[in-house]
Amino acid sequence: MRKNIREAARVIRSKNAGPFELTFDIILSNEKWYDYFISHDILNREKICEIFKIKSERILSIVHFKSANAIKFTIKRERVSGAPGETDIYGAQQHAPLLALEFEYTE
Amino acid sequence: MVESKEFRVLSPTAILGYGFPEASFERGLNRNPNLIAVDAGSTDPGPYYLGIGKSFTDRAFVKRDLQYLLKAGVERKIPVVIGSAGGAGASSHLRWCQEIIEEIATEEKLSFKLGIIPADVEKKTVLSALARNKISPLKYVHELTPDHVKESTAIVAQMGIEPLQQALAEGCDVVLAGRSYDPAVFAALPVMLGYDPGLALHMGKILECAAIASTPGSGADCVLGILQSDSFILEPLNPKRRFTTESAAAHTLYEKDDPYHLPGPGGVLDLTDCKFKQLDSSRVEISGTRFVPSKKPNIKLEGARLVAYRSISIAGTRDSIMIKNIDKIIEEVREQIDEMMSRDKIDGDIYFHIYGKNGVMGEMEPLEFGRTRSHELGIIIETLGPTQDKADTLCSITRSTLLHYGYENRIATAGNLAFPFSPSDSSLGKVFEFSIYHLLELEENEARMFPCEVREIN
Repeated sequence: MRKNIREAARVIRSKNAGPFELTFDIILSNEKWYDYFISHDILNREKICEIFKIKSERILSIVHFKSANAIKFTIKRERVSGAPGETDIYGAQQHAPLLALEFEYTE
Repeated sequence: MVESKEFRVLSPTAILGYGFPEASFERGLNRNPNLIAVDAGSTDPGPYYLGIGKSFTDRAFVKRDLQYLLKAGVERKIPVVIGSAGGAGASSHLRWCQEIIEEIATEEKLSFKLGIIPADVEKKTVLSALARNKISPLKYVHELTPDHVKESTAIVAQMGIEPLQQALAEGCDVVLAGRSYDPAVFAALPVMLGYDPGLALHMGKILECAAIASTPGSGADCVLGILQSDSFILEPLNPKRRFTTESAAAHTLYEKDDPYHLPGPGGVLDLTDCKFKQLDSSRVEISGTRFVPSKKPNIKLEGARLVAYRSISIAGTRDSIMIKNIDKIIEEVREQIDEMMSRDKIDGDIYFHIYGKNGVMGEMEPLEFGRTRSHELGIIIETLGPTQDKADTLCSITRSTLLHYGYENRIATAGNLAFPFSPSDSSLGKVFEFSIYHLLELEENEARMFPCEVREIN
């Protein structure tokens, strides 16, 4: 069954982690979804590259944080926050492509 | 050392000037806090505020928040510690905040001992450290050159707990610090009294955002942190909010790249063995966080330099023919402007922010244009020049060229843009960039690097 990430996550957000990095948090609704996402490797490096159309080198880290049922990844910003050509100083609206993520769900 | 006692910290708001409900603050005072602390700063609003020396928060609301803090603190003899004064925490921000404090003291007839700790670092200190290889860039940050240092209009360092402790040890009732590591204002006093630095700093890390870490979250409400010998408790001060293990743990992720290791002045906060426990419906107890001191302690430097002047023009289009061909039209307008620029020797850069296409994500936008089916587009013409006049000129000619550009298949020949405002163009002033975001190896005691000025306010 195809499912959208919004059925499994209660928070999907992006924000600067300092002016040079952009960090994304996907907080799953519960432990069950967290374990499902981790065991099925739903949000891995390849998937992130595909969603954002970026090269793997731009991904600094992907971290699993069980106490928050969260998957977190951090990428290099397109440009330093506030540099000429900036579109999102706080980086708070770069999460949007994640909202379209779909995955195959099997009970 | 600490036995079974507890140390209560009242955090009124996420950023000084964001406001808080009076009732929440009263509830906090009724819990007899041992400290009122607030962080006033962030690099989030971008390099402008550090570069220009202005606050990103509004004076009237900073004064409003400070009135509550100072009256409560002075009357009840609760120390008040404020970090990253004025947002970016350079001396101009610090003096701005100091002036507000002195104004309140006069109006409210408050007497207290004020400690002021500037966070500015002199250029010659940075240049000398750079020459001796004592400066290293943070991840993805450029290598520092002497020009970056010389051209910076302000350079600050994020102080840790030691300079604040020095001010408190000197008997200051109110401490106003320049740029500070966010958790430091919450942790300085309890660590001085013998509480565990790992727990105190982790508690500070959460309290610095006040009720953002509760649910429903808010940046404008008060919370209480209760530090004990081997754990700390988060307690909301508004009955409509709760702390849950998820909300507290989720906040630990916020704005960091690695939630297990949080580097700061003098060491790293290690959360590998951290436990979050729900105590009751609204309180969470956290334990297991450790502070691991660094062998080579360093502090973070932040600097900004002027790069240009900016002008903008805001407009929109509703024409489906123009919308369909927007990329080609913008490219052709660019070519025409480039010719004018080289012919008439105009310096500068032009950016078109096209909302409805990729205005929010820019080059990062993965959705192909055309699949959005926007019936209208918002267009912001942004121009940068070496002076304001030059940026204005470039903005004006770009606006008029796009307005009347005869693109292919055009039917509406009266004008291509809808302007909501007259004047259509605005001069936005100076543009800064982060020129320094580097680690400086500490060669002296941190408290000596940030000396405190003590003033008796009567």
